[in-house]
Amino acid sequence: MSLGLGYAISDTLVLAMRALRRIPRNPELLTAYTVQPVMFTLLFVAVFGGAIQTPGYEDYADFMIPGIIVQQMAFGGFATALGLVDDLKKGLVDRFRSLPMSRMAVLTGRTLSDIAMNALALAVMIVVGYIVGFAFATSALEVAAGVALCLLIGYAFSWVFACVGLYASTPEGANTFGFILIFPLTFASSAFVPPETMPDWLQTFATDINPFSTMVDAVRALFVGGPGGNDIWGAVAWSLGLIAVFGTLAVRRYRTAVVS
Amino acid sequence: MVDLASSNPAIEIEGLQKSYGDVQALCGIDLEVEQGTVLGLLGPNGAGKTTAVRILTTLLPPSAGSARVAGLDVVKDAAELRAQIGLAGQYAAVDEGLTGFENLEMVGRLYHLGRDSAQERARELLDRFDLDEAGDRLVSTYSGGMRRRLDLAAALVARPPVLFLDEPTTGLDPRSRLGLWEVIEARVAQGSTVLLTTQYLDEADRLADRIAVIDHGTLIAEGTSDELKERVGGERIEVRLVRREQAQEAISALSGIACEQPSADDGVVRVPVRDQAGAIAGAVRNLDAARIDIDDIAVRRPTLDDVFLTLTGRPPEPEEVDEADPDTGEHPQEAVR
Repeated sequence: MSLGLGYAISDTLVLAMRALRRIPRNPELLTAYTVQPVMFTLLFVAVFGGAIQTPGYEDYADFMIPGIIVQQMAFGGFATALGLVDDLKKGLVDRFRSLPMSRMAVLTGRTLSDIAMNALALAVMIVVGYIVGFAFATSALEVAAGVALCLLIGYAFSWVFACVGLYASTPEGANTFGFILIFPLTFASSAFVPPETMPDWLQTFATDINPFSTMVDAVRALFVGGPGGNDIWGAVAWSLGLIAVFGTLAVRRYRTAVVS
Repeated sequence: MVDLASSNPAIEIEGLQKSYGDVQALCGIDLEVEQGTVLGLLGPNGAGKTTAVRILTTLLPPSAGSARVAGLDVVKDAAELRAQIGLAGQYAAVDEGLTGFENLEMVGRLYHLGRDSAQERARELLDRFDLDEAGDRLVSTYSGGMRRRLDLAAALVARPPVLFLDEPTTGLDPRSRLGLWEVIEARVAQGSTVLLTTQYLDEADRLADRIAVIDHGTLIAEGTSDELKERVGGERIEVRLVRREQAQEAISALSGIACEQPSADDGVVRVPVRDQAGAIAGAVRNLDAARIDIDDIAVRRPTLDDVFLTLTGRPPEPEEVDEADPDTGEHPQEAVR
């Protein structure tokens, strides 16, 4: 079955290019990557900013921007879910599977293009963050590590969404499934408010169980420092774990995927 | 490319079975397709045609039996085999978010042609398929016929020796169908082997050297179009009488030229004949002598529709019977080159 690592890489790049070419032609997707994060950032800072106390942080923006960035990274993989559903429905997956190409390239190409889009969204959000009062308070090295961690987290969630896309048979299904899965995870975490203000049961989930809190705390520590958790290796381990588990599931599912 | 001198069949299928749980989609098919020929795979919806194509193109593993395409096993040699085949599916499998050119370039690069050759080949195919002007437009703006042409072009990117076309012209207007037929014929003239599934009998009649009919996952007939028509009966003369009460008189007047007992139904007398030459003249003379007036008289040959109906017990899709052209249906050999 092996066609060589060279082909696996070149096929992945061809398909990543394909996904990237489509994005500027798809206004809804482009909006989801640029306008939407800007809107959420402004709404959160302006609407909730005054009411939420974030002890240890100078400004709510310093607390919240890393959180909303990580949330946006997690949702970046939606493009992969929707793209795969579309490819399956239109029979394109059949064409790809009949070509002498790497079997994984459809998935690795998609998820790779998500990284590029997440990088764009990240840049937009940092600029908007600065406008509303956010500022990096750590060394350049830490900021760079934070950016890398953000992209790694986004990549991990791309594989979660690859599974969502391969198991859901419709775009609506992928949407619902994705939202039910990711939305509670991002809100019941340390992304937008300090978990200490939550009821006990939720606080236990948010601080001790939810890996999203670990990820947000790590990024926040790398971007602004401050008191929160700073289990950076924990965040890396969670991301790699998600990639291993969901990557395996997605590849297995892709091998047997059929047009219904 | 195909080695025409060798006599290995391009497609060899032995005892091929596929089941999904309790449902047996293919119940043991044996079939061979010679290099450089076209096999038409006919059958009603759900007969197993698409399942067979999916197994032969390595998309599905068979449950039992074996199949070799271009000398390569569809399971064991799947990776190498994919470089030897082209597939155009029932649904035009092209990316609507890319231009026609970008689609073909992508497929070329996934066949590992290299960037320059892939781009050159894409332009060449767009030109050949009459898409050169639309080549830099998004496929989402294409008509159904243009998408089908692009889909077929994508299957031809690597000039594969064996082509699988799963209902390539379903839903196309007559002009687009004719255009696709010509492209397929040109590929076969260059030595490609084609397996074509279709529900259009005129399409099979025109393109296919041999026809295999499957129903309920079983091969129920195989042969040339003429052989299959022979199986459901030879030619007959049909006479429409002016006065239907003369049917019995007409039958006795015509029994001299018939090879089997003529029959009558609703004022139409059907006379099976062995040799068509002079049969009409003889029938007219006999009827005239018996003072029976003729409203209409014609020689009728069985069409593939008759074959289909006789073999499967049901007509092909109703709307397609209407579209089938009896003229091409009756002279298949002239149309196939």
